[in-house]
Amino acid sequence: MDKVTSVEEVVSSLEDGMTVGVGGWGSRRKPMALVRALCRSGLRDLTVVSCGGPDVGLLCAAGAVRRVVAPFVTLDSIPLEPHFRAARQRGAVEFTEYDEGMFMFGLLAAAHRLPFLPTRAGLGSDVLRAGSGLATVRSPYGEGEDLVAVPALTLDVALVHLDRADTRGNGQYLGPDPYLDDLFVKAAARAYVSAERVVAPGALPGPPQTLLVSRMHVTGVVETPNGGHFTDCGPDRARDEAFQRHYASCAADERAWAGFAGRFLSGSEAAYQREVRRWHEEGA
Amino acid sequence: MTAGEATRAEVCVVACAEAWRGDGEILAAAMGTCSVLGARLARLTFEPGLLTTDGGALLTAEAVPLGAPAGDVEGWLPFRDHLWLVLNGRRHVMMGASQIDRYGGTNISAIGDPARPAAQLLGMRGAPGNTVCGPTSYWIPRHSPRVFVPEVDVVSGVGGDRAAALGPSGRFHELRRVVTDLAVLDFGGPEGAMRLVSVHPGVEPDRVVAATGFPLAIGGDVAVTRLPTAEELRLIRDVLDPGALRDREVRGP
Repeated sequence: MDKVTSVEEVVSSLEDGMTVGVGGWGSRRKPMALVRALCRSGLRDLTVVSCGGPDVGLLCAAGAVRRVVAPFVTLDSIPLEPHFRAARQRGAVEFTEYDEGMFMFGLLAAAHRLPFLPTRAGLGSDVLRAGSGLATVRSPYGEGEDLVAVPALTLDVALVHLDRADTRGNGQYLGPDPYLDDLFVKAAARAYVSAERVVAPGALPGPPQTLLVSRMHVTGVVETPNGGHFTDCGPDRARDEAFQRHYASCAADERAWAGFAGRFLSGSEAAYQREVRRWHEEGA
Repeated sequence: MTAGEATRAEVCVVACAEAWRGDGEILAAAMGTCSVLGARLARLTFEPGLLTTDGGALLTAEAVPLGAPAGDVEGWLPFRDHLWLVLNGRRHVMMGASQIDRYGGTNISAIGDPARPAAQLLGMRGAPGNTVCGPTSYWIPRHSPRVFVPEVDVVSGVGGDRAAALGPSGRFHELRRVVTDLAVLDFGGPEGAMRLVSVHPGVEPDRVVAATGFPLAIGGDVAVTRLPTAEELRLIRDVLDPGALRDREVRGP
């Protein structure tokens, strides 16, 4: 039952055109080490399902994305994700927009093998615009009101980053918000957990309700210290706001981005972490 | 310190706070500096039953200063539960908007053709669900014809016209008020059109009309938005926003 693997092995098991769910929320607890490896892999035509942050931005910048399915893409403290914005504005990626509640219902439906779940969220808005492929259903009860039938957001693969995991793939969050990570994992045919630390089975500390992800849903687990960088990974690490600002300002300029990508994204995860440490030491 | 010294930003904070008057024990969800300050100010003064957050997943035992740690906590509201609360309804949200139309339809998603936008914005976020599921107000820090448009490019937040067409599914839709840096507006005009309720001190109604890209309903004499009380000013300046972040959102005296 030992499921410990590496970011390279996880990424090499993926294929062009897959639907990949990414956990976290905005610029919070994103599986960035896995995302960085994905960007290096040369994979193409992915459908990325995410409460989007720099994961979506980096994958767009790497040319890995055909479609984004998301309620938003943001860096939180910086409202607009520069790479996603640029990719959309040059027509490079398609965007299926969901309301946040609809998005959660899509994952809930997939996680529970239901074809759809009904909700009011989305009615009257352009989420239901022509060509969206979304339909409404009429309630068989009461006044027979119409509701959005949110289709199951079934994933080929889910990637999530948790504070702790054990070698069997059980995952634990220690911050204030689980986000939707357990739903991503259950909605996927295969799920990979990266964690700040991987410990022996039975050695996950803290109350049992922090054990968010069960090994029954997990294919592989990777230890990636600071693997959520530069997103928020409380309580171990707050968002690296200075580095996020550096990322965003470089992303807004082609030459600056080439420099950023060359320095930080061309090598291994270990090389990335080393360069980030150096960047901070330079006091840039 | 007297109320006469209030800045425009402080007038806006109080006008935002007034949106939650009478709401009782519900979540005051707020986006934007003056809106967040308004929710917490309302809780500290005339609407003590309100629930407010630390800006994250924690419901704070007391209204906390902007950016401060949660301190004592009275509840837990991670994003998933917040999304369920939208459906439950015990919530009044004050959102932002990049565009808003005459009936309160709003856009935070994209400018231009949504298939290939001239400007990609945030995406829908929770705007569709928020607007059809419960009371919604808006805080718009810059009242201009670029924001107040005849027709929004993408409908993220549902306006009164589209909600009316939903039949029984639209019965929880309720737009309350729009607070801007110039004025307070509601949807009490003909057929639910936007109406000027009050102008902030020092603002002429004509200026609001000129800054609005569609005909604005005006019923008789336009009131002047009330000034903060001395106690409200103290709470804003000394307790909730000692770093004066409000002045970065709304400039001017």
